[in-house]
Amino acid sequence: MTHSTPIRNCWCRVCCRCDEQDKPEAFGKKKMNMIRVEDVAKSFVLHNQGSAVIPVMHGASLTVSTGECVALVGASGAGKSTLMRMIYGNYTTQAGQIMVGDVDVASAPPRDVLALRRETLGYVSQFLRVVPRVPTIDVVSEPLRAVGVDAEQADARARDLLMMLNIPERLWSLSPTTFSGGEQQRVNIARGFVYDYPAMLLDEPTASLDATNRAVVLELIERAKARGAAIIGIFHDEAARTQVCDREVDVSLFTPERAA
Amino acid sequence: MTPLLQVEGLSKFYGQRVGCADVSFDLYPGEVMGIVGESGSGKSTLLNCMAGHLPPDTGQVLFNTRTDGMRDTVTMSEPERRMLGRTDWAFVHQHARDGLRMNVSAGGNVGERLMAVGARHYGDIRDQAIDWLGRVEIAADRIDDRPRQFSGGMQQRLQIARNLVTGPRLVFMDEPTGGLDVSVQARLLDLLRGLVREMGLSAIIVTHDLAVVRLLADRLMVMKDGHVVETGLTDQVLDDPQHAYSQLLVSSVLQV
Repeated sequence: MTHSTPIRNCWCRVCCRCDEQDKPEAFGKKKMNMIRVEDVAKSFVLHNQGSAVIPVMHGASLTVSTGECVALVGASGAGKSTLMRMIYGNYTTQAGQIMVGDVDVASAPPRDVLALRRETLGYVSQFLRVVPRVPTIDVVSEPLRAVGVDAEQADARARDLLMMLNIPERLWSLSPTTFSGGEQQRVNIARGFVYDYPAMLLDEPTASLDATNRAVVLELIERAKARGAAIIGIFHDEAARTQVCDREVDVSLFTPERAA
Repeated sequence: MTPLLQVEGLSKFYGQRVGCADVSFDLYPGEVMGIVGESGSGKSTLLNCMAGHLPPDTGQVLFNTRTDGMRDTVTMSEPERRMLGRTDWAFVHQHARDGLRMNVSAGGNVGERLMAVGARHYGDIRDQAIDWLGRVEIAADRIDDRPRQFSGGMQQRLQIARNLVTGPRLVFMDEPTGGLDVSVQARLLDLLRGLVREMGLSAIIVTHDLAVVRLLADRLMVMKDGHVVETGLTDQVLDDPQHAYSQLLVSSVLQV
C-alpha cells in the first residue's frame, strides 16, 4: 500500500505508510548496525552545589543491529537510564559518538535530533508527560500525525493499540492525566509503538503491568524486532528480559570508579 | 531546508545598560523555540527587536520572505516591515488588551486583519471570523460582543484568532499564558499546540514558565542579563542543564 506522502527514512518492513517495494535493499535482509555507541563519557557538574563534578560514565560502547533487542543491566544507579537518555539526546554527552542511523546524537544540532526522534528513534519512558486536557486517543496518535499520516489512519492505528493494551474504550476521549499508574504506562507504550520506529529505547516497559498486559507488551516488542527495529531496553523483570532480549550489556562496566 | 528566520549578532542597549547582547540563532519552518529567563533578563527586549517593535543597535534579523527570499527586516523600509507584521508575522501580547481593539466587536477584531491584507467581501470576512472564533472555542453568538465583555482567557484566545486568521508563518508570543489561571492555561496550550501542528507554524515563545516551554517548545534558549547562556533541545536543557544559571532556574521550580 502506498501512502500519499511517503515518510523519509522509513526503513521498516511492515510500515503501511511507505512503499517498501521501492527500496527492498533497505529492509531486514542484511543486518546492519542501527545504534552504535562508541567510547562515550559523561559527568554531571553541579554548579550550585560547590561545582561538584560527578563522573557517571566512561568508555561506554555498544552496538545494536536491526532486529535485535539489547538489555541494559546493572545495579540501580549504575547508569542504565542515563545511557538511554544520552542515546535519546535528552542528556548531553561529553565525549565519544552515539550514532543512530546516520546521525551522531552526541554532536548533532537540535533540529537533526528532533527529526531523528520524529522519524527514526522512539522512546518509551517510565512516565507519561502530556498537555493537560488532550484526549488519550490524540496523545497516542500524535507521533503518526507528526510524520504526516492523516487523522483517520492515525486514529485507527491508535485505536488498535489501545484495544490491544486493554484500555477501555470509554476512556479514550478523556485525558490520561487522571488515569491510574498502570493505565498511564499503557498509554505511554501505545504512544511509543504507534509508529514503526526503526530504533527504540524502552525504559522498564513492563513495570507496573499485570500479567495480561505484560504479555501484550512483550508481543509488541517481538513484533517490532520482527520488522527489523533495533531495540535497547531496561527490564528489571528478568523473565521478560530473557524472553525478548538477545544480549545483555552490563552498564556497571562503564561506571568510572570500577573501570579505573 | 532554508531557515525561516536567521538572527545574527542582535544587540540592544538602553544607554549603559544591556537589553540583549549578541544573540544569534536560526529558526526553521515548523519549529517552536522557547526563550526563558528571569524578569529583566532581556527576553522581551529580544522578542521586540526581532518583531520590529524596537530598533536593535546592531545585528540582523533575516526573514525568508515569500517573494524575495532572505531579507534583513531591520534595514527594510517601514511599510515593508508593517506589511510583514500583518501578513507573515503575528505577535501575541501578554496582555490581550495590547493586541486587541477593545472598542471593536470580536468579529471586527478578527476581520480587521483580513481587511488589512485586502479582503473586502463582508460575508466572507464574517464567515472566516466565525470559523476562527470556533477554532479558539469562542461561541459564534459572541461575535458582536466587544472584547471588554470577555473574560481574560477569552480575550487571549480572541487575540490568537486575530493573529492567526491571515495564516502567518511566524508567531511571536510574549508570555501567552501569563496571568491566566491553570485550567484556562491548559486549554490555551492545547489550542496552540494543535494550531502549530496543523498550520506548520514557527513560533518564538517568551515565558518564565518552564512547564509551558516543556510542552510547547522544541528548542530552548536560556537568557541571563541580556546574554544567551545556554541553548539546546528543550528536554535536554531542562533535564540536563549545563550552565550554572540554567541549573539554578530548573532547580528552583516548585514541585506540584
